[in-house]
Amino acid sequence: MSTLVKNILRFVLLILAQVFVLDKIHVNYLVTPYIYFLFILWMPFQFSKPVQMILAFFLGFTLDSFGHNPGFHAAACVLIAYVRPYLINLLIPQESGDINYNEPSIKSMGGFIPYTLYAGILTFLHNGWLFLLEAWQFGNVWYFVAKTMLSTIITLVLILITELLFNRKQQFRTNTM
Amino acid sequence: MNEITGHINNQYNGITYYFQLKSTNDSLVKANAELYNKLKTDFELPDTTNKIVINTIKVDSLILGRKYLYKEAKVVANSVSSQTNYLVLGRGSDQQLVKDIGVVDPNNDVIGIVTDVSSNFAVVMSLLHKDSRISAKLKKGGDAGMVTWDGQDPTQLTLSEIRKSAKVAKGDTVVTSGFTTTFPYGLNIGTIQEIIPEKSTSHYIIKLKTCANFYNLQYAYAIDNLQKDEINRLLEKAKKESQ
Repeated sequence: MSTLVKNILRFVLLILAQVFVLDKIHVNYLVTPYIYFLFILWMPFQFSKPVQMILAFFLGFTLDSFGHNPGFHAAACVLIAYVRPYLINLLIPQESGDINYNEPSIKSMGGFIPYTLYAGILTFLHNGWLFLLEAWQFGNVWYFVAKTMLSTIITLVLILITELLFNRKQQFRTNTM
Repeated sequence: MNEITGHINNQYNGITYYFQLKSTNDSLVKANAELYNKLKTDFELPDTTNKIVINTIKVDSLILGRKYLYKEAKVVANSVSSQTNYLVLGRGSDQQLVKDIGVVDPNNDVIGIVTDVSSNFAVVMSLLHKDSRISAKLKKGGDAGMVTWDGQDPTQLTLSEIRKSAKVAKGDTVVTSGFTTTFPYGLNIGTIQEIIPEKSTSHYIIKLKTCANFYNLQYAYAIDNLQKDEINRLLEKAKKESQ
C-alpha cells in the first residue's frame, strides 16, 4: 500500500473510531479517551514540518466539525504536530531510525521505552492543551489537572493496546536512499 | 460542514436506531397514552354546564389562536460524554425549522435549544452543555430560577437563584418558566434530588435529576413559538427607546 492511501485510510478510520466509538463512551466526566491523533503520531518521517501541521489541522478540524466546537482539537493537533519533529530528533537512536524506517513505531524508535515516551509526551501535550482551552472557560484548576492526568493515562493505555493489536509491518529501508 | 457531518451521523444513526427501538417505542406509547387521556371523550360533563359561544368571526380558530407549533424531528446524533454536548436533528431550514427554539423529547421533557440550522440539519445545544441556561420554575410554589449544568454527571442539573424563603422539597418537579420565547410554560426539566443552602447568599443550590433520558434519544419535537418575532420586535423597540 502506498503511503498516501495508507494515510488517507488511517485518517478516515481513526476519525470514525473516535466519533462513533470512543465519544459514545461515558466513563466519568474526568476521563475522556482520545485516540484519533495516532494519525499524527504515525505520520511518516519524510513529511516536511508545514505539511505535518496542515494535515494535523485538518484532522483536528474534522473532529471539531463532528463536535460542533470549532478550534479546540485543531489547536491541540497543530501543537503536537509542531512539537513532533523535535521530539523525534531527541528520542531517535543514533543509528538514525528515521532514515531506515518510514514512520515512528516501537521498532523504528529503538525499543518500547522511547516509543512510550514519545507517545506519552505528545498525548500529554495534546490533552493538556485541549483541556486548558476547555478549562479556560470553566476557570477550575483542579478540574484541569485531574482531567489531563487521568485522560492521558487512559489514552496512553489505549494507544499501546492499539499498537499491540495492529502490528504495523515496517520494512527496513536501505541507507542509500 | 454541518451538512457533511450530518449525513455521516445519519448513516450511523440508521444502525443504532434498531438497538434502541424498544425504548423509543415505550416512550412513544407513554406519550400517546398521555394524549389519549386529554381527549374530550374521556370526560363526562354534567348537563348543567353552559356552552360558551364565542361571538367573534374567526375563520380558522386553530391557526389564529395558535402560539406554539410542535415540529417533529429525528435525532441524528447525540453525545453526553463531553463538556459541550450537542444534538443533531435531521430537519433543517428546508423543513421549516428555525434557530432559537426549544426542543423536547416525546414526553415533553426539555432537551435543549436549537442553535444552528443548515438546509437539512439542525444543531441543538443540549441541556448538558456548560453554557446552557434555561429559565425554570418550581411547579409547586412558582419560584423562578435558572437551570445550568456543571459538566459532570449527565443525569444531574443545577437549579440556582431560588430564594431560601421558597418552599422546596425533595422530589418536586421543576418546569420551564415560559418567561422566554424559547419554551412554553410547564415542560418538565427535572425533579429535585438535593437541596444545598448557599452560605454566602440567600439562595439555594438545588440538584436536579433530569427528566429526559439523554442516553437514548431518538425522536424530538422542536417547539416553534409563532409569536416570537412579534415579542422580540417589541422588546427591541423598548430597548431602543430607553437608550
